[in-house]
Amino acid sequence: MTTPTHGGSDAARSSTIAAADAPNWPNLIFEKLREFRVRHVTYVPDAGHARLIELCQAAHDMEPTVLTTEEEGIGILAGAWLGGERGVLLMQSSGVGNCINTLSLAKVCGFPLLMIVTMRGEWGEANPWQVPMGQITADSLRLAGAIVYEVTQPEAAAPAVEAAARIAFNAGLMVAVLLSQRMLGTKLFKD
Amino acid sequence: MNQHNELARRSAIARILADRGDMLVVTGLGSPTYDCAAAGDHPLNFYLWGAMGSAVTVGLGLALAQAKRRVLVITGDGEMLMGLGALATVAVKRPDNLAILVIDNEHYGETGMQCTHTSTAVELAGVALACGFRWSTTVRQTRELDDAVPTLHTAKGPILVVLKVSATRDPLVLPPWDGALLKSRFRQALLGAQVA
Repeated sequence: MTTPTHGGSDAARSSTIAAADAPNWPNLIFEKLREFRVRHVTYVPDAGHARLIELCQAAHDMEPTVLTTEEEGIGILAGAWLGGERGVLLMQSSGVGNCINTLSLAKVCGFPLLMIVTMRGEWGEANPWQVPMGQITADSLRLAGAIVYEVTQPEAAAPAVEAAARIAFNAGLMVAVLLSQRMLGTKLFKD
Repeated sequence: MNQHNELARRSAIARILADRGDMLVVTGLGSPTYDCAAAGDHPLNFYLWGAMGSAVTVGLGLALAQAKRRVLVITGDGEMLMGLGALATVAVKRPDNLAILVIDNEHYGETGMQCTHTSTAVELAGVALACGFRWSTTVRQTRELDDAVPTLHTAKGPILVVLKVSATRDPLVLPPWDGALLKSRFRQALLGAQVA
């Protein structure tokens, strides 16, 4: 991974990247979410999700909800499903740690739970505080009963979301797509 | 807080749910779940038996998905304290069909009646107002409950009512705890038999 992408920069800078240079995978994920009639987009922001969040906020038929902590999204999506609607939880890998006990809600009731997780502390991370959670994100999700797809190449992101959405919504399972720092880039804390 | 609370939770909840109409109810784990079951099991009750702190967020998701139906979250002070941030999220989304009732006995009833923060310092109605709820109040007396019942059913949300109740141990009334069953019967009752 040599080309810097917006996912590794801070959010403010990412929005200034020219469209021609911006990666296309957020648009392709967005199209998959629409295809699967995802309405509720719950998230704690992450730079890696910035473009996808913008797209969802601009979509008139989507209901974006900012969370104070990631596990709120599990409850909101459970309630939305009770009411007949679908959603997705967008978060950074650090947020997975916040979710662990609340995942029992989705697990024990068989609520579909589609999660798209941008990784930190996983590949060439500069901030050591991100590393402990980043190194156990995939294992933690699997221990909690989620299916995990790890994506390292941008072109594999949308197909992974499609596969995850199909399993989650058809079978009432928890499925997480982890987007690696290998494709997002690594935040280097430089101006 | 630090006052003698006299209201009885079981009779108060029975009264609030007596004329529920087509209201959708989400309950927080522990005594609020038993109180609602004691008032009469209902397919449009979704009981939480775990995932502490999630009652309000489940109610929020349901209120957003079913904007034309009244959604009432009935939870306890301990459960509410674990998810205080959810009040901020609700206030930002501002669903006008969502009401929250916190049955506040100032104790953790399931674990040996240890004191919660509401017994000494925290006013949950004030927290809701500070977050940006449209309306919130604390109910301590029967005549205040008289006013709160129609408010919970019809006032424009998001609203939160704190019901200060005596710290009694009432007989256990246990609704089903099979989560898949609770989910499916709720969806069938709300959305029709085809959804499962």
